[in-house]
Amino acid sequence: MRRRTEWRIFWRTVVGRAYPRVIGLQRERSWVFFDVALPLLQVTAFVYIYRAIQAPPEFTGFVVLGGAMSAYWLNVLWSMASQLYWEKETGNLQLYIVAPTSRMAILLGMALGGIFATTVRALGVIAVGTLIFRVPMTVTSVPALLAVFVLTLVALYGLGMLMSSLFLLWGREAWHLANLLQEPVFLLSGFYFPVKALGFAVALVASFIPITLGLDAMRQLLFPQMMEGLKFLPVGYELAALSVLGIVFLALAHQALRFFEDLARREGRLTLRGQ
Amino acid sequence: MAVQKRAQETLRSLRVAAWLGWQIESNWTDPFLFAIYSIAKPIAGTLILVFMYVVVARGGLGNPLFPYIFVGNAFYIYVGAVLMGVSWAVIDDREHYGMLKYMYTAPLNIYAYLLGRGVAKTAIATIAVAITLLFGVAVLGVRIPPGEVDWAMLVAAIALGLSAIAFLGILLAGVTLITARHNYYIGEGVAGALYLLCGAVFPLDVLPRGLAAVGRALPLTYWLEALRRALLGGGGSQAIGALSNGALLGILAGSTATLAVLSVLFYRWAERLAHRKGLLDMQTMY
Repeated sequence: MRRRTEWRIFWRTVVGRAYPRVIGLQRERSWVFFDVALPLLQVTAFVYIYRAIQAPPEFTGFVVLGGAMSAYWLNVLWSMASQLYWEKETGNLQLYIVAPTSRMAILLGMALGGIFATTVRALGVIAVGTLIFRVPMTVTSVPALLAVFVLTLVALYGLGMLMSSLFLLWGREAWHLANLLQEPVFLLSGFYFPVKALGFAVALVASFIPITLGLDAMRQLLFPQMMEGLKFLPVGYELAALSVLGIVFLALAHQALRFFEDLARREGRLTLRGQ
Repeated sequence: MAVQKRAQETLRSLRVAAWLGWQIESNWTDPFLFAIYSIAKPIAGTLILVFMYVVVARGGLGNPLFPYIFVGNAFYIYVGAVLMGVSWAVIDDREHYGMLKYMYTAPLNIYAYLLGRGVAKTAIATIAVAITLLFGVAVLGVRIPPGEVDWAMLVAAIALGLSAIAFLGILLAGVTLITARHNYYIGEGVAGALYLLCGAVFPLDVLPRGLAAVGRALPLTYWLEALRRALLGGGGSQAIGALSNGALLGILAGSTATLAVLSVLFYRWAERLAHRKGLLDMQTMY
């Protein structure tokens, strides 16, 4: 009976924390401009670079896909990893702590709400980008593409949950660290070019960021001919690696949340604002 | 006497804001980590372009388009940094620290204060631009022989270009002042649009005619062209290639002056509106 109540609270927390992120899309429709049009500016600039150097048209597809997936990375950085820092700044964190629920449920709700909202945005970027630039795509296997996409998101948001517990300790460093993890990760994960260009060793290290493997696998499944000589690893290996990363990150997030919450509590940082 | 007092007030506002900006930017960590933080982002941004180029050109960085892309991208670091440095001060002071209302009760020159807040980011951007250019010369083989650089044109272009970006920052600060939400994205959005339109990383000729025409109306297009001519000996865009160096700098100076007047007028209007609507101490918690 007690276990059933705990699960009920867990899922109600998940739904409750995901709710504002999902409903926010309906209430504040200006996101269509800010979250689709603005990322498209960057994508468009990169498309024109490839056009200026006369790259094959598939590279336009690489950029559009990278631009769409960048929305997930930015969501993980700013709305997962740094979220507990924002909550601390706005005075909500102590309410989370005293609420009779699991902190993992709060993070899971944030992740699910974030995935939903970001998917709508990413689909907007892909749809508009594909239409404007007439991207030549051939889906070789829909189930494999879906599996890669889902496993990438599980591992990526698992990493986001892990990072959010680390960020719990920090003040302004959290903001700067999230800022720092933008362009270097766009580079290392090959958001705008195949990651193989960085060399095997660098690509292997970058594979700890799940989006590296996810992007490479998705490009192989969408642009098979062009990726023939540009793929980093076979899709099967990347699927397996993404599964492992997902499990490891979620397990680590669970442990880290406990550890860092305890540490932040003992060091009195949970309610420290305006650092 | 009154003029002297105002000049002193302006200088003090600028100096104190620059110091405050530097503290906010840098005192969250130790100098070593701060140096890495300041350098890693722009270098990574440059390397994205390098690898985009390398993967298509298959190892060849000898194409004349590469230095064009490289120099434009290196100096574009200034645009994001200065724009955000100036306009972000409004968000920081109003939303984050809740201090903007006190700025308006203090004897300071608000334009000097906003520009001063951008000084720290400009200083950091200067280091990043210098390191990026050195990296290009030393590692990527971009040819910028110091003896062949037109130093006078370089200094003039940098001074005029940074002024243009700073006044654009004032204009965005005005927009931020009267915007409740999404003001977080305004600087980034404008920097992104300019990146596309002013030929930072590809010649304007590649753009569709309508967009290229917009690009030709922007001061930053002439700024980047002037920088390329000063450093590389030539531009690369046919669209403005026929202009002489003097004409190029003249257009840049004229458009910067126009932008300065427009931005100050717009900020004054936005300030009055914000005052009337009670937006100066607004905290959206967004």
